[in-house]
Parts: sequence; C-alpha cells; structure tokens
Amino acid sequence: MPQNSKKDSFDNEMPARQAALATLARARRDELESMLGRLSPLPAASELRPAEVGLVMLRGRTGGDGAPFNLGEATVSRAAIRIEGGATGFGYRLGRDIAAARHGALIDALWQDEARRAAVEAALAPVRARLAAEAGEVRAETAATKVDFFTLMRGED
Amino acid sequence: MYVAAKGGEKAIRNAHKLLAKRRRGNENLPSITLEQIAGQLSLAVDRVMAEGSLYDTNLAALAIKQARGDLIEAIFLIRAFRTTLPRFGNSRPLDTGEMLVRRRVSATFKDLPGGQLLGPTFDYTHRLLDTSLAAPDAYGEVYDQADPVPAMSGEADPAEKMPRVTDLIGAEGLIEASPDEDGAEPFDITRAPVSFPVDRATRLQTLARGDEGYLLALGYSTQRGYARSHPFVGEIRFGDVEVVIDVPELGFAVSIGDVQITECQMVNQFKGSAEQPPQFTRGYGLVFGQCERKAMSMALVERALRWAELGEEPGAPAQDEEFVLSHCDNVQATGFVEHLKLPHYVDFQAELDLVRRMRREASEKSPADEMKEAAE
Repeated sequence: MPQNSKKDSFDNEMPARQAALATLARARRDELESMLGRLSPLPAASELRPAEVGLVMLRGRTGGDGAPFNLGEATVSRAAIRIEGGATGFGYRLGRDIAAARHGALIDALWQDEARRAAVEAALAPVRARLAAEAGEVRAETAATKVDFFTLMRGED
Repeated sequence: MYVAAKGGEKAIRNAHKLLAKRRRGNENLPSITLEQIAGQLSLAVDRVMAEGSLYDTNLAALAIKQARGDLIEAIFLIRAFRTTLPRFGNSRPLDTGEMLVRRRVSATFKDLPGGQLLGPTFDYTHRLLDTSLAAPDAYGEVYDQADPVPAMSGEADPAEKMPRVTDLIGAEGLIEASPDEDGAEPFDITRAPVSFPVDRATRLQTLARGDEGYLLALGYSTQRGYARSHPFVGEIRFGDVEVVIDVPELGFAVSIGDVQITECQMVNQFKGSAEQPPQFTRGYGLVFGQCERKAMSMALVERALRWAELGEEPGAPAQDEEFVLSHCDNVQATGFVEHLKLPHYVDFQAELDLVRRMRREASEKSPADEMKEAAE
C-alpha cells in the first residue's frame, strides 16, 4: 500500500489523470504520434504485458435509469507500459488499434512524471480542442433541426 | 444413389473462388472501401453491430463487404469473430441521460426541456426516389425555395441538460418507476444457458441482439390487437454516450471512448391496484447505432412480455416469452434453416427405406381385405 502522502497525491491527481486518459482514448493514432514527437526525447520503456484486443460487455439500464442489463460487447485495446525507473502507464480505448493503445499508455506514464506533466497537458490541448469542436458542430447541426410542434385549437374556447 | 458425403474439395475451393470473383464485381470499377461502407451505408453498419452484438464500425463494414451486402451473413461473421476474443470485463451502465444527442423526439410531450430535435431522419421525407443521387459525387442536397441557403447551425447550449421524458412524468408518479438495482450481476446469455422463465434483464439482452424484422412483426402484432397495450413514444433519442470501465490495476474508472446508441421509451396504458393508483406502464428499447425501428419494436415486445408482472391476460404470440426469445436470434435461426441444404443423404436414405417399406406393406394387403374395405 502507498504511504499516506502518496495516497493523498493519488487522490488529488486522479481526476486530472482520468481526464488525460479520456482524451488519450479518443485521440486518433496520428494525433498520438505527433504528441510523442512533441514529447521526445522519450525515455526507455517496455511493455509490462503484451498489448491486446479484447471485449468489454456494455451495459444499459432498464428504462434508462433502472437495474442494469447486458446490451452487447465492444472491442477494446489495452496496453501497459513501464518507463525504465519510472511509472507504469495504461492505455485503454475502444476499437482494435493496439499501436494507439501503446502510445496512450506511454503518454499516461509520461504524464505521471511531475516534471513532464505540463508538457503532456500542452500536447493534449489540440486533441481536446478538436473533440470540443466536433461535439460543438454536432450540437449546432442538431439544434438547426429543433422543431416547435403545435396542436391546432379545436375551438372549445 | 444415396451415400454419405465425402470429397468435393475441389468443387468447394472453386466455389469459393467464384464467390470472391462475384463479390469483386466489375474489375474496371474501384473496390468499395471500408470507409465508404462505414460512412455511406452507416445504417447497415449499425444493424450489423446491433444484431452482431459487437460495437466496432470498422469490423461491421468489413463483414458487410465480405458478405456482399447480405446483412444476416455479416452478422454471422461478427458473432463468429467475437468468440475469438477474451473478455476484459463489463462497462459501467451507459448513461443515456448524459448523451450527446443527435436526435430526440417525443410523441407525447411537445414542449419538453431541451426541445424536439429531428436530427438526420427519414421522417417527413416524401419517399420519392432522388435521381440526382445517381450521379457520382452527388450530395442529395435539399433544395428549398423558402430557404435557399439552409443554415445548418442552430443555437445550442452545451450545458443544457436533456432529461429523459420518463424522468419528467415519473416525477409526478404518473408513470411506473424503473426496476431498482439489487446489486446482483445481470444474467449474461452469452455466458450461461438460458432456462425459462427469465428475468427482464435477460429479455432485454436477448431482444437487443434480436432480428429487426422479427421484432418489427411482433411489435406490429401488438398494435393490431394481439396483446394491445396502447403505446405512445414517450421518447426516442439517438446519440453518443461515454463508455466507462473500472480498471482494477488503476483503482479508478476510465472513460475509453463513445458509442452511438438509440433509446426508445414506450409509454403504455395504465396499471393500478388497491395500493397503487393507476399509472402508465413502460416498455424499453436500447440498441447499438441508429436503429430506431428496432428500438421501437423492441420496446413494444418488451412491454408485451411483461404481461404476468402487470396482471394482464396472456394468449397473444408476442406475450409468449419462450417462443419470442427462442426465435429472435437470426444467427441461430439462419443456421438451423440453412443447414437443411447441406448433405442429408444418410438421413434421407433412412426415410426412403421407410417410405418404400410402407408402400410395400400397403400393396401386400390381400385382395380379400381390400374387397372387405370397399364393401364397408
């Protein structure tokens, strides 16, 4: 078990690391490659276990908010990479791009090094901007199809 | 002659070569790419993912190409593929209330928070063939005299919540609540054999991967009076939801991407009792991709299957749980139907022997017996 001070920093860091992992999971492979280019020189690293593709059962909730049920599976790639003398990073992402999962794991390991964190966050910024722009476009396009249905008066009053 | 099947290897190999040639089609035309299938036949891809019960657009596009557009064959390929992969675990339940909504309509409430968003729908189209799409690079742009430059951009507040309609009427107690979570792991039909009767989670899993046409027919039958439940579409929503999994080695939950799903909340006629004043009841549909017809059909059938719990009279086909669930899987169904065309020479030899013997016995009846029968 980590010592208390370590545990505190784990708890404090967790939301930021979760946010970084969520962005890495949605980054395209070419974006991850250019991030690694920005972050070079990279430390020596090795795979903690072979990267692989598997399945995750996606669950829904009865009625949207009730008891869970199994909806169907999705493909997931995962990788775990340890930096020599440093942290272990994890990459989990939907789909079968193992190389992208490896890149994500390496960047997660780099993120855990406080000396590199600012650089990793800066490298994540363009991906975050792209994702926000895409979601914004979906919202705007969808909002353009907003309707106001009205029912005709029957003349009761 | 009727003998056991053996050989034919060369014929089979050549048949597969011929299949590959027919699949390729005219070689003067470019081969269709997976990106084109995923991008331009996206509803076919969605159906293959939903009924293949595997979310992976690229794989579904490959399956459609390999199957020459035969979607049930493509679904079969996807189901076979999934058996080759290990299971890492389960996701946290998808939160449809936090969806990036691409379409959301209610047939019951016209003024709902977040509004009615038609999105990319065939509804209200004229169902006239658009010959302009036959030209290469045609966009099929809608020409509108009243609005010659369609503004494809509306005001959207990213912070605006879109509560599920059932949550709105649920707050008044007018509609039954969803069943509570009891902490138990939901049954998984891909991991354990099903024995009837089954719980609601098992029904939902089975229906979610069930054949669209079959569920459409059964849902339609409930509207025509076979287990009528007077349904309304409380809400249909389609969009992107986040997939979150708990990663044991990390000790916290990780968001690993987004999937597109369609949810249908069907609101049906009342149920009340001495303890509980009358309330609307519900049927639920949830499907991968934009599969609206399937989500609606699923919700209708799901509601019909709840007859015992709601104290209704049984008797309609859509209420027969074992019948409905045992026949809704098109991979099982096509496997059993299509196996009939494979060699059955030995089986049939036995039947031939039997029918010959019966005919012989019939003809060996003595003429006296026949005279007697004729006289009677």
